[in-house]
Amino acid sequence: MANRATRPIFAPVDIAEHERRLARGLVEALPEPILIVADGRIVVSNDAARAVLAGATEGADVRLAIRHPAALERLLGEDTAADEVALVGVGGPERRWALRVSPLSGGLRLVRLADRSDAHAAEQMRVDFVANASHELRTPLATLVGYAETLREAGDEVDAATRARFTAIIHDEARRMQRLVEDLISLSRIEGEKFSPPGDAVDLAALLEETGRAAANAAAQRGCRIAIEAPAGLPPVAGDRAQLLQLYDNLVANALRYGRSGGTVRISAAAHGEEVRTAVADDGEGIAKEHIPRLTERFYRVDATRSRSAGGTGLGLAIVKHIVERHRGRLVIESEPGRGTIVTVTLPAAAAAGAPS
Amino acid sequence: MRAALRSLAVAEEAHRPAGFGAERDELRALISQMGGLAEHAIRESMRCLMHRDSAGARAVVEADARLDALEAEAEARIVAFIARHPPSDEDLREAVAALKIVGVVERIGDYAKNIAKRVPQVDAGRSDIEPLSLLPAMARIAAEMVGDVLDAFVARDAAAAEQVCARDRSVDDFYDSIFRALLTFMIEDPASVGRAAHLLFVAKNLERIGDHATNIAEMVYFAATGARMPERQRGDDGIGGR
Repeated sequence: MANRATRPIFAPVDIAEHERRLARGLVEALPEPILIVADGRIVVSNDAARAVLAGATEGADVRLAIRHPAALERLLGEDTAADEVALVGVGGPERRWALRVSPLSGGLRLVRLADRSDAHAAEQMRVDFVANASHELRTPLATLVGYAETLREAGDEVDAATRARFTAIIHDEARRMQRLVEDLISLSRIEGEKFSPPGDAVDLAALLEETGRAAANAAAQRGCRIAIEAPAGLPPVAGDRAQLLQLYDNLVANALRYGRSGGTVRISAAAHGEEVRTAVADDGEGIAKEHIPRLTERFYRVDATRSRSAGGTGLGLAIVKHIVERHRGRLVIESEPGRGTIVTVTLPAAAAAGAPS
Repeated sequence: MRAALRSLAVAEEAHRPAGFGAERDELRALISQMGGLAEHAIRESMRCLMHRDSAGARAVVEADARLDALEAEAEARIVAFIARHPPSDEDLREAVAALKIVGVVERIGDYAKNIAKRVPQVDAGRSDIEPLSLLPAMARIAAEMVGDVLDAFVARDAAAAEQVCARDRSVDDFYDSIFRALLTFMIEDPASVGRAAHLLFVAKNLERIGDHATNIAEMVYFAATGARMPERQRGDDGIGGR
């Protein structure tokens, strides 16, 4: 039985053995997935092709490896159109390939796959960004217009208490839009400065104290305590003071927002060789593992309703990521459901960051 | 009876015609090709829905005839395959699984065709129906399940088939949330009921596609192992409890 399954099937088109070896050597040397097909069977496939296409073993029917109808037309039929066929979700979710078929002599067909995943992801991100940003702005705007209209149309029929409630909602929604616009602007500014390393020497201990003071009000509202642990004599880091302040503001705001109410937010800093490692930790319910890689995406939210009601713009961690990148630092998010979340930001010390050019 | 069948199969083994393996390969390739048509129809019908491409949608509807023709061809081959060679247990298992898979793939094609048929009536370009933004994500998972189960079929990979089943849960979750969102939408804006109802059917079709991918996965598992897939992977309960 097994015998039958593994028995090689020889291609009906005969290529002399040395030519086959030459073809295989050539194809194997190339990094992109490549197949050579004759009469609907795979004569030669390289490692890259076998990694991407489940059934791309030599001797197999090509329909086991490639299923796209337009690609099969070019491989099996008379259709010799040279344009590409877009393959979606082949070799992994979200992956995209451009498949091209070129005829060779002797009825052989060369199949090449070019990886288009990155280009597609970039384009998708751009489209998503515009769609998301407008969606995010539209939601508070609709509330705003709705309440303002009600107030205007109802006129004097609205009692003072209702009027006060409505104006408070209008104010909150307007503030939310304002925060969102501010975040969008600062995100684009940070991105614009990506390639100019920041030059100030920033004292992190003082900066973290300032962050703690600024968040004191918000902490009191949640009944939370902020504990700062920064030893004296911490080396200064090379940074942009305003951006670093924004970075820690965002992290502390998140920790307060998603931490346990009545819990403690711990901010710590310590020197590690040529670097300063800082961490902001909460004792909230944590974040499930599958969300962590996506947290720094713009507008990615684990729980959209909760994030919005807590006043989040969905851009906080995206801004953090970009600031850390501009500072040549590292950002690590760790979380354990039920235990809390720790965000660690490691920044190069001022001397180690290299002389400003 | 079974033992007799097996001894017959063993006796037959020696006299199998040379083309036997090739025949089986041809059948698998045909099923893979059908799967490719169905998978493409899902993605294409959703693209047409989101881009209001009525001409493209018509092409999807027309292409379904090709899938039907291949189904007929595959069925005939399977029947001939069983009739010509007294099959071994394994061959019989594969033939029965293939017969079922062929039918299910054809159904998946029908669901995609049904989505395509609704394209002219939905007018999805009007983005006022919020749940519309959830459909492409749901469709992507459904299409991925179909693609992955076909890969599992090609590789005779029982473990990969089980993983496909685990993902059906997220398609069901999508359906629930789209259902609720569309219902709310219809209550708030009765003028939207017609279009929203079409979208509800689109979501339902995608949900069925996910179920059918699961059915194929069960058949792949059965053909590869000879056992039925463990209940926890198949049913609605106990999958990665959230």
